[in-house]
Parts: sequence; C-alpha cells; structure tokens
Amino acid sequence: MAKRIDVSDLDIFYGNFKAVEGVNVSIEPRSVTALIGPSGCGKSTFLRSLNRMHEVIPGARVEGKVVIDGQDLYGSDVDPVDVRRQIGMVFQRPNPFPTMSIYDNVVAGVRLNAKKMKKSDLDDLVESSLKGANLWNEVKDRLNRPGSGLSGGQQQRLCIARAIAVQPEVLLMDEPCSALDPISTLAIEDLMTELKDRFTIVIVTHNMQQAARVSEQTGFFNLNGVGQPGRLIEFNPTEKIFSNPDQKATEDYISGRFG
Amino acid sequence: MTSLETPPRTADKPTRAVRSAGDRTFAGLSTGAGILILVVLAGVAAFLITESLDAISAPAADIAGGEGVWSYVGPLVFGTLLAAVIALLVATPLGVAIALFITYYAPKRIAATLGYLIDLLAAIPSVVYGFWGLAALAPAMVPFYAWAERNLGFIPLFAGPASATGRTMLTAGLVLAIMILPIISAISREVFVQAPALHREAALALGATRWEMIKMAVLPYGKSGVIGGSMLGLGRALGETLAVAIVLSVSGGVTFNLISSSNPSTIAANIALQFPESSGLGVSTLIFTGLVLFVITLAVNMLARYVVNRRADFSGAN
Repeated sequence: MAKRIDVSDLDIFYGNFKAVEGVNVSIEPRSVTALIGPSGCGKSTFLRSLNRMHEVIPGARVEGKVVIDGQDLYGSDVDPVDVRRQIGMVFQRPNPFPTMSIYDNVVAGVRLNAKKMKKSDLDDLVESSLKGANLWNEVKDRLNRPGSGLSGGQQQRLCIARAIAVQPEVLLMDEPCSALDPISTLAIEDLMTELKDRFTIVIVTHNMQQAARVSEQTGFFNLNGVGQPGRLIEFNPTEKIFSNPDQKATEDYISGRFG
Repeated sequence: MTSLETPPRTADKPTRAVRSAGDRTFAGLSTGAGILILVVLAGVAAFLITESLDAISAPAADIAGGEGVWSYVGPLVFGTLLAAVIALLVATPLGVAIALFITYYAPKRIAATLGYLIDLLAAIPSVVYGFWGLAALAPAMVPFYAWAERNLGFIPLFAGPASATGRTMLTAGLVLAIMILPIISAISREVFVQAPALHREAALALGATRWEMIKMAVLPYGKSGVIGGSMLGLGRALGETLAVAIVLSVSGGVTFNLISSSNPSTIAANIALQFPESSGLGVSTLIFTGLVLFVITLAVNMLARYVVNRRADFSGAN
C-alpha cells in the first residue's frame, strides 16, 4: 500500500506571499524521508501540501504537481477529503480528541469512512493499530479511559495508531518528537523504522541526529532571506547529506555554522 | 500570612507587605463593588419575603381565586415555564446553527456583519418585540394554527380550538425565542471559535469533511458552553415581562394546548398586568409570585454557572 510521491515544480502560496518555490523531488515508497532546515524555510508548509492540509489556512494555494501513484492530488476533480484519507498525518503536538476514549480515538478515522463495521472487527482493528504503534501493552486495560490522560509520548503514539488505523498510503509526520522527552522520542523513532515496511513516511524534524538515525533520504530546505520563498536546496541519501553534501549551504547547516 | 504579621524583630522597620496607595484604593473599590452586589441581592430577597408574608399567612379564601396562594401561583409557574421552554427549544438549535455558520461556514465579511446583526437583536427593547408579536407575528401565525388544528389536532399540543387572533402560547414562546437568540448564539460563537486548532486539524487530517470536523472536534468541546448559554437564555425568558404581557391572550387554567386563545399567564406578565389594579393583600400576593420567580430564576442561573464552570474538566486543557 506504500506509494511513491512525485513532486514537480511546486510553488506554495499564502495569499500573495510565495512561501515555497520550485520543489522537484521524488519520494520513495517504503522508506523514511526526512526534511530538515531552519525555521520558516517552508518544510512544514511543503509537508502539509502533500495531503492538502495547508488549505485549511484561508488563501493558501499551490502551483505545480504532486502525483501519487499516477494520480495528481491537485487535479480539478480531486476532493481534499479523499486525499487526506489516503495520506495520514501526525502533528507536532500530540492531539488525541480529548472527549473520546482511547478506543474511540483509534477508530475515529475508520468511523468517518461511514463503513459499518462489526464490533469484533473494530476490536481487532484497535488492537492491531495500537500494537502497530507500540502502545497496546500500555493501554490494553484502559481502552475506555480518555486519551488525554496518557503521557505525552503515549498520546503521540495514540495519534500514530489513529493515523495508521485507516490504512493510509503515506504517513506524514510534522516534528512528531519535538514536544517529547528523549525516551518517548526513542520509542517513536523505533516505531518509524518498523512502520516504513508498510508505509511511505515523510518526517519534518529540527533534530539533525534524528534525521540521520531514521531516514534513508534527506531533503534540506533553506531560504535566502526573510520574505523570500523557501527552496529545496539539496535532496540526497541521508548518508551523503551528513558526510559529503553537494551544496555548501547544506554543509554549513549540518555543521552548525548557522540555523 | 501570619508569618508576615509577626516578623523577627531584627530589622529597625517592621516587615510589612509593601502596597502602594493606588493598589489599596483599587482593592477597596473592587471589594466594595463585590459586596454591593450581595447587599442588593439580599435587599431584594428580604423585600420579597417580608412583603409576601401577608399573602402566605392569609386565609385561603381571601386570596384571588379563593384557593390560597399556592393555587394562585401554580398556573402562573406553569405558564412561565411553558413559554420559556418553548423559547428554549426553538432558540437553542437555531442559535447553535447560527454560531456554527458564523464561525465555520460564512465568508469572513458576512460572518462579521451577521454577528453584529445578531447582537443588535439584543438591543431592541422588549416592548417593541411585544408589539411586533402582536401586530405582525400573531396574525401571520393564524393560518398555521388553523392548519395545525385540522391536521395535527390529535396531538394535545395542537388540540385547538385555534385562536383567531394568533395570540397564543406558541406565539409568545416564539417571540421569546427571538429575544433569547442573541445570548445563545453569542456564547456558542465564543466557545466554537475557541475549539483548539490542534483538534480541528486532527479531524481534518483523518479525512473529515467540515461537518464531520465540527462533530468530532467543535461540538464536543463547545457542548457545555452551549448548555450554559441556553440556561442564561432560559433565565431571560423566565423573567421577560412586557413582550408576553402584550402578546399572550390570558384566561387562566393549566393547559398544554399551544394554539388556543385561553392560556395561563406568566408570573412576570401577570404582575405587570395586575399590579395597577391591586391593593393590600392583592399586592402581597403578586409580590409572593415575584418571590417564586426570583427563586426559579436564581436556580436556573446557578445551574447555568455550574454547567459552564464544569467545562474546564472536559475541555481537554491538559
């Protein structure tokens, strides 16, 4: 079910402001692709354009193409709701629905698809999704408790379980560990290496060691100055980016000379 | 605090919390304002109780209607609650729908304008609502009442005979509904706007349509706010005087028949209509009904506060 993403000549705008310019990239299926770069360089904006979540902000639009498995996400007959059902997302801050139980959080996306599922099938789905997110053993005795009662790391894994329960093609992660402690971060990183067998994963991170640890490919975003659009400066295998990058800007950023 | 008042006597100056004159003045003023509210409330309650003692202790036969003060106030309480509940049943869904439209559906400019217009509804004096209900809404409702009697007459609410003037309990309830619409939609709007972007985005990223997003992330978050707003609206509907006095055609008894011209009055409207012609025990009886209304309104408002405050517990602030 993992799918390849081809982005060509993608410009992203907020109103008249061009936030990201001229992105061309191919993201491989069944791998982790990391996006790094300084704040405000457009990497999160780019990530959100991959499942059309940036459109939530009024005035946001794109020019160019994002093609997943031959289908243009921005085709005129494509409903963003369908796009988001195929491409899951995990956010910077854990956001389980506070009024729902752990169980209901996991099946929230499935219930949206309006398929009537048998209780036993739902139970199986909850178990497999929570196991997939390495959370089952910690919560199996309290599935009916509110999800907001879990620790931050557990909440984030609950959100991952919720995202993978709908069997998406692609999993987008927007700085999923930036609000978590090192132990929880490790748990999520281990999870990513397991999940990449089934999903195409794209992760935005500020933590370069994290990018080095979890990803096969890394993209470096940068911008020339405030008010300028962000650009994808370099996209290469992670090993190459962190040892022998093609671009000087990448090397400067990696080695901590700025950013 | 006691440790501040008994400091070790090592320093020359006694150690006291340093407070500027401005701070002390402001603290005094705001404390005074808070106490003033309590004094006024206690004064009103004391007045209502002392003035109604005559009616409570009077022999039943002397009270208007001849069956005692409780029999007198019973139908009025019923009428008050009935009109307020009709208003609430109509205004709550409408107010919530308006609030959702303003916060999540309308283009920004339309939303702002509509918000102002709704707030403007609150600024219209109730006597104007009363005349509008009497002169415009009531006649307009007459054909509907006739239709309801013919086709829905098997339901006790629409048993008829249909009023020829339209001055029915249902008309009064509808006028009240429009009067409490601003408060319900304003409070709902406030809580819907505050529904965390975090959870709205979570729903959207799962592939929720806008309505599904509202069901998953906005309504559960705003539920208690909506309940609180409705309760405040209910409080206003219970106490509304002039609009009901003008619109409602009153002739006594307890009935659930909403479309006939014989309706129980409401407490507030009854006081307004009867007071000019009353003296002695009659005044005392009316004040007693006012005391009952005071207690009902107080209970409703306290319930509203309780529900609104409970919001913090399940808003997901953690």
